[in-house]
Amino acid sequence: MNDALGEPQSVLVLGGSSEIALATVNALPRRRLRRIVLAARPSAARDLAVTTLTAEGISGVTAVDFDARSTESHSVFINEIFDAGDIDIVLLAFGVLGDQEAAEADPALAVEIATTNYTGAVSIGLHVARRLRMQGHGSLVVYSSVAGDRARRSNFIYGSTKAGLDAFAQGLGDALHGTGAHVLVVRPGMVRTKMSAGMPEAPMTTDANVVADIVVKSLRRGKETVYAPGPLRFVMAGLKSMPRSVFRKLPR
Amino acid sequence: MTQSLSLTQGEKLLTGWGRTCPSSARVVDCSSVEQVQEVIRGAGPRGVLARGLGRSYGDAAQSGGATVLNLQSMDSVAFDATSGTITAGAGASLDAIMRATVPQGAFVPVTPGTRMITVGGAIGADVHGKNHHVDGTFGSHVKSLTLVDGAGGVHELTPAGDTREKFWATVGGMGLTGAITQATFDVIPITSSLISVDTQRVNDLDEVMSKMIAGDDKYRYTVAWIDTVSPSGRGVITSGDHAPFEQLSARQRSEALLFDPKALATAPSIIPGGLLNKLTIRAFNEAWFRKAPKSRTDEMQSIGAFFHPLDGVADWNRIYGPRGFLQYQFVVPDSAGHLIRTALDRLREVGAPSFLTVLKRFGASNPAPLSFPQAGWTLAADVPAGIDGLAAALDELDELIAAAGGRLYLAKDSRQSPQMFAQTYPRLSEWQKVRDELDPQGTFTSDLARRLSI
Repeated sequence: MNDALGEPQSVLVLGGSSEIALATVNALPRRRLRRIVLAARPSAARDLAVTTLTAEGISGVTAVDFDARSTESHSVFINEIFDAGDIDIVLLAFGVLGDQEAAEADPALAVEIATTNYTGAVSIGLHVARRLRMQGHGSLVVYSSVAGDRARRSNFIYGSTKAGLDAFAQGLGDALHGTGAHVLVVRPGMVRTKMSAGMPEAPMTTDANVVADIVVKSLRRGKETVYAPGPLRFVMAGLKSMPRSVFRKLPR
Repeated sequence: MTQSLSLTQGEKLLTGWGRTCPSSARVVDCSSVEQVQEVIRGAGPRGVLARGLGRSYGDAAQSGGATVLNLQSMDSVAFDATSGTITAGAGASLDAIMRATVPQGAFVPVTPGTRMITVGGAIGADVHGKNHHVDGTFGSHVKSLTLVDGAGGVHELTPAGDTREKFWATVGGMGLTGAITQATFDVIPITSSLISVDTQRVNDLDEVMSKMIAGDDKYRYTVAWIDTVSPSGRGVITSGDHAPFEQLSARQRSEALLFDPKALATAPSIIPGGLLNKLTIRAFNEAWFRKAPKSRTDEMQSIGAFFHPLDGVADWNRIYGPRGFLQYQFVVPDSAGHLIRTALDRLREVGAPSFLTVLKRFGASNPAPLSFPQAGWTLAADVPAGIDGLAAALDELDELIAAAGGRLYLAKDSRQSPQMFAQTYPRLSEWQKVRDELDPQGTFTSDLARRLSI
């Protein structure tokens, strides 16, 4: 249960090796935190996070294997975690950027991206929503992207999955409105992480910890949608209203 | 079981009086013990909790996903003049009881700062009032109560005899031993509905405290309001006793036992978060201090004005805006009286001056393992929840209070740590043993219970 000062006791990270999600965990207030579940495919990053958070004095940090694409396993997976105790905050942070050019040439690769980023998220998102509803409280943070605001030539396959995810998360938030369960949709711009390493930096590129701070602040204020950094809201409003003939010719 | 993602009929979003941390639950109205039993027996995995008028500040009267019993129609009130007791349904409010029995010359044994609480809540939280140093808590005046346990079994519990352990576990048990459905308690006989009040304005905290120690025995009711903005800790002590009929003027005698308070105003439903800011709180504190006479004796005040001034403004909890507020109430033994000043200083330092802060002396504790009051000082300060640095400041104060042998009041708590609670309520395991007898499946639970691992 979150306390009156917004201190959570338990957090579930779906995509538990995601840099942005782990930065969010680091930014959360810790005075009452006693359970963190990092759900991800086995990885060195996931194991390191468990070791680090435990060393920092959080008592119940565990890692569990989770594959967003095996949707048939999601029901049992989520039930086991929630049966062990209420979860105050769920971070839905998994996702792959994929290789746009390769995916254009091989639709099977595009399906993989869509399955992870959209289908997998819809499946686990609904299972999480069901359990938040049952416990009568809790927040689900969905990491969308400005790439979903308007699909661009250079990454429209990734962008379209985030557009779908974003629409799904907004609708879910509306469905849950007033139930004590709450959905926060975060739309980061380009973030310096492993995923974006080597790519040329877009304007307003930011760091994972900046996104994390915005998420934590928005959770406390009960916000429903937030851009990271905040002023991207205006940039994206401009881009969305741009005529298609012009938008198409923008660099990258 | 399929469940709609959206709120369905019968479900409600519940919070405490501080309007922080909401959770939703299915609220079921019950009007008989049989119905209460039926609901308990049909409880889902998230369990059951009885809720009264929702005046506990934190998460004590809510339980996410659970079935919440609303017993407000179990509101019978019967005054027996021979035994000097009232028998009331758990859902009867102290307001309704006063309206029924004050004209008959009977006053409730204990009333907190609001009369908008139920009998069930008064026992569950083991509430105290301005007469704690003389009369103890509400629970200390209960002669018997009816409890429906976690399996739906009905118990008649009394403070002495075979059922005493279950009785005292229920008093102050925050509704976690079962649902109280009825109780019989002593009254204070009165010959008028007026309180004879003495008021003293005092210029610093040390003087407030020494005057309170000196005056303890002289009055049945006494409490001090403290100006939290002024570093001096100046305050206003008000003390009183039920005025005997003989003390009334001829005009007052004509309606000596009148009790008819009205809500004077309602706080608007939408208030911007910043309305209650440092400036307005400062102005309020200054005005509240100035409006008190330097010294006045034998002023006649109504029950409402003396005990429940805030009940005159319906929904006053809205003034703190959307982020809500909390009330930090602790008790420390006399030996740690200096922590009162420490707490006031610390709250002022983090920019959390309180709008209403009350200081009071407690008498001895009662046999209930989870009852809050113990001999010493108690301070209660209302603080807006949105202040940066508040969590750290209160955690630091918690540590000092725990080290001094003090503790926090569960009916006000919305933020202490499970460790703090376990450390400062050393009789917790004793209480848990009795609770496990009454409710082995843990059917009765609350957000507070989950948060503190009770």
